[in-house]
Amino acid sequence: MHITLEFGGGLELLCDSVKIHNVDVELKKGLEKLTMKDLLAWVRTNLIKERPEMFMKGDTVRPGVLVLVNDCDWELSGQLETTLQEKDVVVFISTLHGG
Amino acid sequence: MESNGDDAARIVAELETLKSAKSDIDSRIRALEAQLRDLKLQKPPVSANGSCHSGGSAGGSAPAHGLSSDMIYRYSRHLLLSSFGVQGQSKLVKSSILVVGAGGLGAPALMYLAASGVGRLGIVDHDVVELNNMHRQVIHTEAFIGQPKVKSAAAACRSINSSIQVVEHQEALRTSNAIEIMSQYDIVVDATDNAPSRYMISDCCVVLGKPLVSGAALGLEGQLTVYNYNGGPCYRCLFPTPPPATACQRCSDNGVLGVVPGIVGCLQALEAIKIASAIGEPLSGRMLLLDALSARVRIVKIRGRSIHCEVCGENTTFTKEQFKNFDYENFTQSPLSAAPLKLNLLSEESRISSSEFKEKVTKGEPYVLIDVRPGHHFKIVSLPNAMNIPLSTLEGRLPEISSALKEEEHRRSSESSESPIVGLYVMCRRGNDSQRAVQLLQSMGFPSAKDIVGGLEGWAREVDPDLPTY
Repeated sequence: MHITLEFGGGLELLCDSVKIHNVDVELKKGLEKLTMKDLLAWVRTNLIKERPEMFMKGDTVRPGVLVLVNDCDWELSGQLETTLQEKDVVVFISTLHGG
Repeated sequence: MESNGDDAARIVAELETLKSAKSDIDSRIRALEAQLRDLKLQKPPVSANGSCHSGGSAGGSAPAHGLSSDMIYRYSRHLLLSSFGVQGQSKLVKSSILVVGAGGLGAPALMYLAASGVGRLGIVDHDVVELNNMHRQVIHTEAFIGQPKVKSAAAACRSINSSIQVVEHQEALRTSNAIEIMSQYDIVVDATDNAPSRYMISDCCVVLGKPLVSGAALGLEGQLTVYNYNGGPCYRCLFPTPPPATACQRCSDNGVLGVVPGIVGCLQALEAIKIASAIGEPLSGRMLLLDALSARVRIVKIRGRSIHCEVCGENTTFTKEQFKNFDYENFTQSPLSAAPLKLNLLSEESRISSSEFKEKVTKGEPYVLIDVRPGHHFKIVSLPNAMNIPLSTLEGRLPEISSALKEEEHRRSSESSESPIVGLYVMCRRGNDSQRAVQLLQSMGFPSAKDIVGGLEGWAREVDPDLPTY
């Protein structure tokens, strides 16, 4: 399944400073849908190159990271249970505090 | 040469005299302007004019919007906007807005809010203007370096618009004074630079029922949203748990392109003006994300008010008392002021002061100096003979250190008969990363590694005041 992933607010530093990743995520055998929970595990294994604790805590993102599925807060689509579709855009953005 | 020195001294003295006279004149002007404002306020709006650009209602009855002829002329381009007009402007003139932080975000926000005619504009800040602020905090001028930011920002706002009231709160916002200060205003603009302040300001806005225009910027990115507006979410609805302190980067460590907070600050002024004048759709329940590098702005939909929110949720009562007693620094594990961290990880014998190190260098003792700052820091300034091995790459580059030590030993032993002991010293910008590096080195077979206390900043303070700092 083709998904576009974007990292911002400093999270891109965890994946070789590349902000946009066009990826192809294989569905697990026997499964017909890809959830955000599956995608997070995939991202952690395949894209995060350093300090995974700056991206995840437990099986979800760490506090202070906003997850947007097609420009919409994942709280509104079911968080980890959100089902992804072909060509979805998922953004991970760390909240900024500077000024 | 001597007469040159005399000339310089004379010029400095004359400058001092002139500056002091200028400051006296400025304060006299401000006092007179305030007096004049008070006199004008006591008269009905339009009859107080006497200027040549009155609205044409001279002799007629005063218009219901309450704008004086000076105001009509000053804000004419606002009044010409059919969607803003006299309704918008009179609301703005009667509104009060507090800007917390007169830094990179606050600078443009304050200038536009003052210019647009917000009736009462409050500024909170405890900091002083520094040279390294000037590239982004465009409200301050060089003449104010070393002076409180509040004074500098207030003077700039008054010079843009002497017809509004500018209130100076020259103090740090804390739980002990936040309620008293924030309750005097209709709208709050968060232009601060740290996580605990952001939670504190949002909570206080919930307690007092004030809308909050929140902006942030770092590096080449910015974020903006409006909290606690018209049933929308508060900061804690979005971020119930604070991020780890290591995830809270600061402009003084990570850098920021000056214009980025400038853009976000302008957008904050815009949102505050929209709320104050009741026009348009404020950015509530949505967040604007700016990526300056790729020139992309995206506006995303964020969650609404959370019924489980610990501050604004349905069954929660977060009282003024609870607010006053809440420890925001402990909650976020980071300090309210953006003062740099000071670690103390090592024993005395693993550390050396910059003056002691300087002594060893002067005596000609053999050493290898490792600078563990990132490469782009090293390019700004470094000590002679320093080897740049960034902390993040240190573990993989230990062989380079071993060979540098051997090389130095070899070089020295060819100069004298005795076999020298080569010292291994580590430095960074402020003396925190160098301690982390020494810990790593000591555990990886370099027991004699020592950290230079205070880093390059310490060196500049103790040894060489001419060394550039950043």
